[in-house]
Amino acid sequence: MLLCISNGNIINGKGGVFLGKDILIEKDRIVEIGTNLSKNVHRVIDATDMWVIPGLIDAHCHLREPGFEYKEDIVSGTRSAAAGGFTSVACMPNTEPAIDNAAMVQYIKLKSASEGKVRVYPIAAITQGRKGKHIAEMGEMKKAGAVALSDDGDPVSDANVMRLALEYAKQFGLLIISHCEDKSLVADGVMNEGYVSTILGLKGITRAAEEVMVARDVILSEITEAPIHIAHVSTAGAVDIIRHAKSRGIPVTCETAPHYFSATDEWVENYDTNAKVNPPLRTQRDVEAIKEGLRDGTIDIIATDHAPHHIDEKEVEFNLAANGISGFETAFSLSYTHLVDTGLLSLEELVAKLSTTPAQILGIPGGVLDIGLPADITIVDTKREYIVNRDKFYSKGKNTPFHGKKLKGKVIYTIVGGKVVYDKEVLT
Amino acid sequence: MALKRKDILGLRDMTQEEIVKILDTAETMKHILKQNNKKTRHLQGKSIVNLFYENSTRTRLSFELASKYMSASSANISASSSSVAKGESLIDTCRTIERMGADVIVIRHPMSGAAHIAARHVNTSIINAGDGMNEHPTQALLDLFTIRETKDTIEGLKVAIIGDIYHSRVARSNIWGLSKMGAKVAVAGPSTLLPIELDKTGTKVYQSVEEAVDGADVVMLLRLQKERQQKGLLPSLREYSQIYGLNMERLKLAKKDVLLLHPGPINRGVEITSDVADGIHSQIQEQVTNGVAVRMALLYLITRQRGQHDASLY
Repeated sequence: MLLCISNGNIINGKGGVFLGKDILIEKDRIVEIGTNLSKNVHRVIDATDMWVIPGLIDAHCHLREPGFEYKEDIVSGTRSAAAGGFTSVACMPNTEPAIDNAAMVQYIKLKSASEGKVRVYPIAAITQGRKGKHIAEMGEMKKAGAVALSDDGDPVSDANVMRLALEYAKQFGLLIISHCEDKSLVADGVMNEGYVSTILGLKGITRAAEEVMVARDVILSEITEAPIHIAHVSTAGAVDIIRHAKSRGIPVTCETAPHYFSATDEWVENYDTNAKVNPPLRTQRDVEAIKEGLRDGTIDIIATDHAPHHIDEKEVEFNLAANGISGFETAFSLSYTHLVDTGLLSLEELVAKLSTTPAQILGIPGGVLDIGLPADITIVDTKREYIVNRDKFYSKGKNTPFHGKKLKGKVIYTIVGGKVVYDKEVLT
Repeated sequence: MALKRKDILGLRDMTQEEIVKILDTAETMKHILKQNNKKTRHLQGKSIVNLFYENSTRTRLSFELASKYMSASSANISASSSSVAKGESLIDTCRTIERMGADVIVIRHPMSGAAHIAARHVNTSIINAGDGMNEHPTQALLDLFTIRETKDTIEGLKVAIIGDIYHSRVARSNIWGLSKMGAKVAVAGPSTLLPIELDKTGTKVYQSVEEAVDGADVVMLLRLQKERQQKGLLPSLREYSQIYGLNMERLKLAKKDVLLLHPGPINRGVEITSDVADGIHSQIQEQVTNGVAVRMALLYLITRQRGQHDASLY
């Protein structure tokens, strides 16, 4: 089986940009990059005027299986990922039961290998049952295939447990991804604390709830010399703390999610529960700081924090609504629209944030297009404008505040291991 | 003339013109209340359901009496004694009430935005009778009515609101309503009970009661809920009453003819001393009467605008 992606503009993820070139794929691998490769092949994908980039890699998503299949499962979640241009996703362990032992890690690996549209890499829990008390069997989980550790959804509140986790995980080369949220400062807050929370009469969440724990964790990373990755950075202050930590040589990396540079707390107006997410949407000042952090490299990557929920969990009182945004299918377009089309980042830099660097941080394959490597490829049309329609999402989760918004830049094809899984905007 | 809206959710999205319309109508209603025979037929054939997820004396009873005085069919549901206790959602509950023929659902709910969510999912008119910390528009309208009745106008008055502004839906609705009517609003309270960035609404924010009350035409007290102390927002009620309580001495800083309001129920000796609450400046009892008149006006206006042509009775 020979597949040729013809006449595309290629970003290879390691500094190379080639305009109007062909990529030849045999079975699951790239075998040639050059010109006039489309003769005698089984299929030609015409990528004229499109960008051919390394398949997108999401370091933070929720596939909800096992336990919450009514929100999403591995089949629907990886279909959604494919439609969003992702060829590999790392899923969080806040399932029921939690992914906190080797058997659960293997279950996710096996299930996704047989049913998944894209590659799935399990992130396992830091602590047993994600309860923040006692570290989990990290060594065995690593052997079973865990790529990182996180209690995402809940913080590790006890600083000593976090210190021990960092020390213990380090010996296995496992990265700890920290969900930074001081629950005592959150109290019963449900949105960002600011003018909007004041006028809506909703209890606010101070930025300090995030920043206090980011500060704690970079200090613990420094003291243990263990790498730490800060999940879903949302505030200007957190960006500053991480920038400072990096300047001191602390092995910290971090991510933000598209909604933190595309939306503000004003989107909660009229109690729109689709704009309820944790950490909460912040203010324009924070959005600007997040963008600056992306530009100057303080923020290493963009992760979706894809958090699908059932409609019944959103069509309720704001206080009762579940936190989260269904993010796979808007991530590239939001990033392109707000970061590249505005001139803040080049498309190459965006590819690094959405593919090459996430692969490096997680230590997984991908993020680069080259001869001999697996053909995980995404093809995007950056001129294409469209209106987001959540009813067409492949995810079970239709919970997005971006429904009806006009975005630029669209995923047209997604190829995983040489197999076209998303073909001219249709799943195959 | 009617209101061009389906619901009464708050004063933040209401125009000055609409507020004036409601206050003018309430004046007519107050005449009816003072009559020997308080029965009118304004709401004959209309069905009003009070759906209360929180306890209430004044608001609930005044809505119920307002409905009855105007010949509506009215019914009350408490969350504790209904299917809500079995886990029925707010939206499902409202849809059920709608299908039984309710023209208006009056909702009191402990969570901000509850009335807005209900309003999005039913065609029945929703009147917000207090949603969490957000708004209590009918209370603010009766406060505006009482101020206008006493002072003839609201424009240009200095109104001081004292107490737990952070948790107060009464304060929020009054801030919107008063500023739309041209009053200058000042608030004061302990910093743990003041919402962030409130000054962006045009409100003057003080930490001392004295500064807020100084030269005020109207002083509005808020009830201090005792759980604020339990949650650690205040060291003690004693200290609160010492520093933030309204006594005669502090009231003297206001204008001589100052009007004193309190939405009730009063914590005597905490946010207000009894001599002030019962003194000559207090219109706290008149507020209760005006509450019925304002709610009659709202029920009348909101049912009329829904295309039900029985206006000849008016």
